[in-house]
Amino acid sequence: MSTRLATGGRLIDRSRTVSFTFNGKRLRGHPGDTLASALLAAGQVIVGRSFKYHRPRGVMASGAEDPNALVNLGAGNRHEPNQRATTTALFDGLVATSQNHWPSLNWDIGEVNALVPRLLPAGFYYKTFIHPRPFWKHVFEPIIRQSAGLGRAPDPRHADPDRYEHFYAHTDLVIAGGGIAGLAAALQAGRAGLRVILCEQTAHWGGRAPVDGVEIDGLPAGEWVNDAVEQLEKMENVHLRLNCMIAGVYDHGYVIAYERVADDSPGGDAPRHRLWRIRSAQVIAATGALERPLSFPGNDKPGVMLAAAVRDYVVNYGVAPGARTVIVTNNDDAYRTALALDDAGLAVPCIVDARPEANGPLVQAARARGLRVLTGMGICNVKGLRGVVAVQLCAQSGSGAVVEDVICDAVAMSGGWSPVVHLWSHCGGKLTWDEAGAFFRPDPMRPPTNQSGAGFVSCAGAADGALWAGETLENAGLITRRVLESFGSSTDHPMPVARAAAEAPMLPVWMMPEEAGPKKRAKMWLDFQNDVKVSDVQLAAREGYESVEHTKRYTTIGMATDQGKLSNINGLAILAKALDEDIPRVGTTTFRPPYTPISMGAIAGEARGPIFQPLRRTPMHDWHEANGAHWEPVGHWRRPYCFPKQGESHRDAVNREIAATRASLGVLDASTLGKIIVKGPDAGRFIDMLYTNLMSNLKPGKCRYGLMCSENGFLMDDGVVARLDDDTFLVHTTTGGADRIHAHMEDWLQCEWWDWQVYTANVTEQWAQIAVVGPKARAVLEKLGSDVDLSAEALPFMGWAEGRIGGFDARVFRISFSGELSFEVAVPASQGRAFWDKIQEVGAEFGATPYGTEALHVMRAEKGFIMIGDETDGTVIPQDLGLDWAISKKKDDYLGKRAQERAHMTDPARWKLVGLETLDGSVLPDGSYALAEGVNANGQRNTQGRVTSTYFSPTLGRGIAMGLVLHGPDRMGEVLDFNTTKPAPKGGAAPTIKARIVSPVFFDPEGTKQNV
Amino acid sequence: MSELALSALAGAKATGLVTIEDMGLCGMVTLRADLAASAGAVEQVTGAAMPGPRAMTTGQGVQVAWMSPDELLILCDHAGADAMVAALSQALAGQHHLAVNVSDARAVLRVTGGAGALRDTLAKITPADLAALPVQEMRRTRLQQVAGAIWFVTDTEARVICFRSVARYVFDLLAMSARDGGAVGYH
Repeated sequence: MSTRLATGGRLIDRSRTVSFTFNGKRLRGHPGDTLASALLAAGQVIVGRSFKYHRPRGVMASGAEDPNALVNLGAGNRHEPNQRATTTALFDGLVATSQNHWPSLNWDIGEVNALVPRLLPAGFYYKTFIHPRPFWKHVFEPIIRQSAGLGRAPDPRHADPDRYEHFYAHTDLVIAGGGIAGLAAALQAGRAGLRVILCEQTAHWGGRAPVDGVEIDGLPAGEWVNDAVEQLEKMENVHLRLNCMIAGVYDHGYVIAYERVADDSPGGDAPRHRLWRIRSAQVIAATGALERPLSFPGNDKPGVMLAAAVRDYVVNYGVAPGARTVIVTNNDDAYRTALALDDAGLAVPCIVDARPEANGPLVQAARARGLRVLTGMGICNVKGLRGVVAVQLCAQSGSGAVVEDVICDAVAMSGGWSPVVHLWSHCGGKLTWDEAGAFFRPDPMRPPTNQSGAGFVSCAGAADGALWAGETLENAGLITRRVLESFGSSTDHPMPVARAAAEAPMLPVWMMPEEAGPKKRAKMWLDFQNDVKVSDVQLAAREGYESVEHTKRYTTIGMATDQGKLSNINGLAILAKALDEDIPRVGTTTFRPPYTPISMGAIAGEARGPIFQPLRRTPMHDWHEANGAHWEPVGHWRRPYCFPKQGESHRDAVNREIAATRASLGVLDASTLGKIIVKGPDAGRFIDMLYTNLMSNLKPGKCRYGLMCSENGFLMDDGVVARLDDDTFLVHTTTGGADRIHAHMEDWLQCEWWDWQVYTANVTEQWAQIAVVGPKARAVLEKLGSDVDLSAEALPFMGWAEGRIGGFDARVFRISFSGELSFEVAVPASQGRAFWDKIQEVGAEFGATPYGTEALHVMRAEKGFIMIGDETDGTVIPQDLGLDWAISKKKDDYLGKRAQERAHMTDPARWKLVGLETLDGSVLPDGSYALAEGVNANGQRNTQGRVTSTYFSPTLGRGIAMGLVLHGPDRMGEVLDFNTTKPAPKGGAAPTIKARIVSPVFFDPEGTKQNV
Repeated sequence: MSELALSALAGAKATGLVTIEDMGLCGMVTLRADLAASAGAVEQVTGAAMPGPRAMTTGQGVQVAWMSPDELLILCDHAGADAMVAALSQALAGQHHLAVNVSDARAVLRVTGGAGALRDTLAKITPADLAALPVQEMRRTRLQQVAGAIWFVTDTEARVICFRSVARYVFDLLAMSARDGGAVGYH
């Protein structure tokens, strides 16, 4: 069983303790512990269960590569699943629970899956659940959902209480990894004057070197690291960041870094995570290497760990993963673990070395201490159900005949090391197979390239395959020099020199023992998180899977939260062997960002709560809010839908607002309407091209309604144009059209008609615009006092004037979207609120009633006015809407004219706009279809029209609608059936609603109300 | 009725790593014209020389900022913006141009603090390279989800301009970014 040693632990502070809970049990650790080291110190060998077989799982590694120690972290609104215990800093009050077990961690009913391993072979899901079809939904899926999944999803009723943020940085060089290679590279680049950001994903500088007994420039690695960091901190051009992982490298030197700012201090003012969005000319990935497991039967049992992780726990945290640890290896590096354990006074019963001979200096050192070294041997079985009690040894070359049982409670395994090439590969860097080390390393001839076609990512040190510390710094020096050269920089300062014990070559061992039979192969785990064994990959190969990408998806090897950091090379080596191919020919799966999972909160950044999206506010927004507006989102604007009074329904409020407007006085905040100035000698010509009707003959002081089409002929916007002077037009667009139409104008002016003398400016927000509407509209404005003559003679319908109203600087437009006498008054936005308040005050005696967008919609529908987005949907042309009167016959051209002459556009069978009146006075459902006889080829009911707008009209006391109907205008008075969403009664037909085709102008067709 | 005129943020202020304040009503005029041909007229009206790309020049109580190859933003007294439009139009009579008062279409914020904290705070909302932005250079950019512009008045004081309707959003963004717990120490 694992335990805390009496002494040691270079990263922990033994003078203080912190307490935490695991599955409700109160445990203690020290500041500096990871959750994993604290759990091991507390003797917690089993920390979770595997995905498929629910096998007990223990801590296997000491860093980001660990596949097993995933926990639910935090409680309540801070609960987060799948958090890696090996990278979680311990803090006081930490709450963790284990995952994927039922009913308990120590006894799990799903473990039965493992007792019947034939139950879930590779490709099980694909093979089993295809037939019979209904079984999937009703039988298999519920069972799988019950047992599958790793962590527990957060409760959707909880909102994350923490905050997050982004941070943009620009630099010359990003260095990923604060081990000795990264530190040395940063020192050189810093001396050369480059701007450097150096990120280390853990809380400590130095990487493995201090644990592995490396000496640098005559100093123990730990001391050299401290000196290096001290020097770097003094360099103004170098920025150091701990707890900050480079998550991904993208085109154009875009680098994402994930900084865990306050994971270990929840509830403070700091953002929990910060996402760095960096532009860097060059990236050095000094990301080190990951140790590989060995594939021997029972290698997944809790207590079997990576050899380097075992010495990490001993040296860094003063934690012994076991009292008696067997080492199993194919290389010299694992002997460091034996020596570290021996140094700590822990028993190493034997070192099982698969190589026929082992005589390197580290091996000699182990032998010199009297440690038993068994060469040419392997492990053929691990005994113990929920931990290790013994291993059985065999000859590596045979099929696994037991030659000896060794009592032990932990196994430290090492199958060699793989460089972390992820950042090299994210943006397309290619790899080459290194025969000597049996790993993929970056191919220097095929780097990821930048916008100039030059490489912009380099791997340095172990990440470049220079695993042995002596070579690591030499390699990092060479790589850094090349990177500096790309900037035209250099430094004369020599690179530090590292000294470490020499290592004899490793021996690739992909199966242990080499000739293991099927039963043993079914117990050799490749992917510990997803339960993929040697036998599964071999089965996939037998079933015809040749591509490593397909095999990944078929067997699930390398999937989920660890993305095969431990299983990748071992898996593809087994696949290559099964296919009788070379490993490099089989290749690896694709490395994609992020390197390890990053939080959704970090990706969202600050965009949540009140600043989730920009909310656009008119100058009168606060008044609306204070007066109980029910909001409608219109783009990013919020517009009042209606202003319900206490206890009033929205529908009643809308009806009241319409009645008041038609009877006396309504007031609308129309500030969101787009307002674009178009000016220049060619402005008239330009406006004539934008609109379907003739605008250039508009006189100053006058307004005209117009339609704007795309070059494909489809109606895209409408609005009123006012001519300000000979050279200048003011174009009103729809609320949603303001930015889009301005961009459309600039597109044509800049790309097509660049020689036309026209300037545009979007002044939408310069003006607050208030529609004063109703029979008393003139009276209220006159009462306010105006130097503008507002009489019908001086300012007739579709005229505009400028002056002062109630002391405000104003433009008054006599335009009406309601059919009432209407003045749209524009005042500078800064005066908008004051003007609005004044209108309410002075209008009180006329019953001034603010109205919202729904009343606006109903009133325009009563008048048969179209609405962009209701009557149009991108497939509708003005001719469909009976707007032929607004299409100039005189003009040679306008945008959309040619398109509108195409056969499909002039087809008389195009559905055309009509009014619709239900026979029973009810309101037609939105989007309802007019039914036609028969069914189409798909057995669907034929249709002959559809509803585009439908409302209850309080003015008429009945439902009114507009719709597009086949030959509609020629069929006045005909009655059509419209479908509903109501279900058909048993044995009967689905209910329909009958409506009569009428004119779309329901109210005041002569326009007597607006022309007064 | 300009005595009743209100800026979008009505004097809002927030303090943290830096201080963010509403500048109140500021005069702004957009001029679109052939800049080479209008240098004389601009200098005559504003007293400021024609700025080069992204630069700002200063006249009598007026600043002129280069916004694009055919657009300037002239910063002046709020009450004087209409007169500025009229003066420009007069000086540019006969030359194709568009001068328009956009004072109320925008909001202006003042952000003050230590040189590093100031840039760190802004770097949370704009992808612009703030270390490379000299004092008195206009940088049109993105403020997270909206368009905006930034310039440094001095090393320790910045201006942020955005559209009026999103003034609250930009203010809230800055206030959140300036919270004391979020110090970065990068710049």
